[in-house]
Amino acid sequence: MATNEQYRICQSTGLRVYKSAENLIKANAVVAVVFLAIGGLFGLMVALTRWKAVHLLPADWFYLVLTAHGINVLIVWIIFFEMAVLYFASAVLLGCRLATPRWAWAGFVLMLIGAIMTNVAVLQGDSSVMFTSYVPLKAAPSFYLGIILFAVGALVGCFVFFGTLVLAKQERTYEGSVPLVTFGATVAAIIAVFTIASGAIILIPTFLWSFGYISHIDTLMYRTIWWGLGHSSQQINVAAHISIWYLISAVVLGAKPLSEKVSRGAFLLYILFLQLASAHHLLVDPGISSEWKVFNTSYAIYLAVLGSMIHGLTVPGQIEAAQRKKGFNNGLFEWLRKAPWGNPAFSGMFISLILFGFLGGISGVVMGVEQINLIIHNTIYVPGHFHATVVAGTTLAFMAVTYLLVPLIFQRELVLPGWAKVQPYVFGIGVAGISLFMMGAGTLGVPRRHWDISQADAILPYDFPGAANLMMGLNGLSALLAGVGGIMFVVVVVGSILFGKKIESSSEVAKTDPAAEVATKYGSEEHPSVPGTLVLVAVFFISFVLYYYVNWKYLAEIWPLR
Amino acid sequence: MSVTPPQQKVWWNEPVPKSELIWVIVAFIWGLIMFFMMVYWHAYGEQNLSNESYRITAEDYSAKTEAMVEKYTVREESGYPVVHPPPGSDVYLIARLWQWWPILELEKGQTYRLHLSSLDWLHGFSLQPVNINVQVHPDYEMVITTTPDVAGEYGIVCNEYCGIGHHQMLGRLYVVDNGESK
Ligand code: HEM
Ligand SMILES: [Cu+2]
Repeated sequence: MATNEQYRICQSTGLRVYKSAENLIKANAVVAVVFLAIGGLFGLMVALTRWKAVHLLPADWFYLVLTAHGINVLIVWIIFFEMAVLYFASAVLLGCRLATPRWAWAGFVLMLIGAIMTNVAVLQGDSSVMFTSYVPLKAAPSFYLGIILFAVGALVGCFVFFGTLVLAKQERTYEGSVPLVTFGATVAAIIAVFTIASGAIILIPTFLWSFGYISHIDTLMYRTIWWGLGHSSQQINVAAHISIWYLISAVVLGAKPLSEKVSRGAFLLYILFLQLASAHHLLVDPGISSEWKVFNTSYAIYLAVLGSMIHGLTVPGQIEAAQRKKGFNNGLFEWLRKAPWGNPAFSGMFISLILFGFLGGISGVVMGVEQINLIIHNTIYVPGHFHATVVAGTTLAFMAVTYLLVPLIFQRELVLPGWAKVQPYVFGIGVAGISLFMMGAGTLGVPRRHWDISQADAILPYDFPGAANLMMGLNGLSALLAGVGGIMFVVVVVGSILFGKKIESSSEVAKTDPAAEVATKYGSEEHPSVPGTLVLVAVFFISFVLYYYVNWKYLAEIWPLR
Repeated sequence: MSVTPPQQKVWWNEPVPKSELIWVIVAFIWGLIMFFMMVYWHAYGEQNLSNESYRITAEDYSAKTEAMVEKYTVREESGYPVVHPPPGSDVYLIARLWQWWPILELEKGQTYRLHLSSLDWLHGFSLQPVNINVQVHPDYEMVITTTPDVAGEYGIVCNEYCGIGHHQMLGRLYVVDNGESK
């Protein structure tokens, strides 16, 4: 049996790493980064086209490249990386071998074939239907088939993850409950299963329709079910990147959850309530009642939002607690000033946390208000919002954790440490710019997925205000900055994997992270208070309330309608 | 640590630190407020998207629109009829590849029943510069009762990607002072 499979003990963390898991993590992470590089370049081309002074691509290429951008980054990059995260959070953190590595490889191959198939379809030019592929826009059958294969592969990966949890329990590789990070990853995997089921329900018929086997698909039904896939899958990303926030603060600082109960409860809220959120995309569609919209868009009564707001306190809170234990006790913010800002894993994680909360979180809730969506739906505000969530939040968190995976899993030192050090800042500032300027342009009415808002050759042209063009120009500049940050990341990671100095597993004496000792026993009287975090949270809350009501005021200024 | 099993096996019995408890309560109440804000706006706010919609075929919708155009066209512009329907009436706008048809002329301060439907694909009704955005489906007819309150020339942009001509899909709408025509 595979029980006597080879493993090594990681010198710096003491984790037991099995060969099978290690190889799968490597493969998934490497492929992910390759697709990020491709997809990111497509994104840059899109942004440069929407910058009026540059207007890089012709119309047909613009829509093609935009489709390719969405697919490669939102689907391929993120999900491949999530597979690596799932295997890490199960096999590595639990010190267990991976259940059925062969199935995991099969899933990996399916995903890869699927991704390539869809990309080929898009690049051939007759599948510029955007990643949402709303009917009756029709793509080549291989476009849908590729996505279906990809999803099946990801599903297999989720089951390997669950299998590994069971195996670890049976073989008693750990005691008590699974670590918080594994718990969060489990939440992500459970949501993934739901999500992929919705995906199958809608994409299989669409695939059949694409070659004439089914004659008609209702557009409203399509949008409703498709977003059961599209929105819930964003909650996979949130669960995954929040787990990574916890992971990085534990590994880098030895932080420990203030309270396991609260953090885990917050994760559970995601499972319970996020299935409702496909409503976010249907708020201005006909044929759906307001009661349904109000209930679903708010996840009952904002209970999934509650989950995220809780993590917004507990993640910086556990960092503050760990830092204070180390003696950074002066004033409100010494713990934050003296945090390891030169460590890209930490800085990337913290920037991800701040941008996700302040930009992505607040804008998401506001545009998800049933009535406010009227002034935002399908404007470029929407991509502005999700570049704050899925790029500044998820992608940056994944980049940050990669800086830990390179020494831990690939056993290489980082090349170009100076680049690595500034990369999270360059990318973070660039993405913050993209998000803010797209949101700004959106409030001026600029549409998303649109080749030319100056509409030079339209019969009835409409002039957008000059400020709108200014915003799109600033967006282009920010995109360049984000592009530089992205390239730096790819160069550092690929360079380290290929040419980094090998870390010999036996050369160093096993040392436990001194930081690990500093954490307190959570939930007890020794638990340190976290005043700095409370101030941060208060600032967040005030911004949230103000921005929320400002948008109600904007709404009140449009034509009365009922 | 977050990467190791919880220190106490029975983690669900731990006491919760006060700072967290307070935040959970505040955030929960804020959620309630935001929820009831939407309900409140339905009762007292002036901008609520209608729930009135019907299933309709492209032929029927097209026929209704043409009937309106025939009756109330006041002039032509760039090959489009400009229609000035009486206040309070049913007003039809067609979305199709790649135009909004016809040009509508409404009176300021008057209320209209604006119908929206697509004859082919999904489109996005985006009225600028007021920035009112509504999804337009084929086979569904949405009816919005609205009162334009500022006179001027408005653009209708399509903000749902609808193929290669998407960026050329523009329409126009005039709001004029009472009883006048442009
Ligand atoms: C250098 C980095 C990036 C730049 C400059 C960039 C820029 C853009 C721009 C300008 C748009 C077009 C908005 C529109 O016209 O509607 C866009 C769309 C999009 N981006 Fe990015 N992006 C970047 C990275 C990413 C990443 C990493 C992700 C996901 C993880 C992502 C996900 C998306 C998605 C899902 C869309 C929507 C596509 C659609 O509407 O079909 N982007 N991006
Ligand atoms: Cu259109």
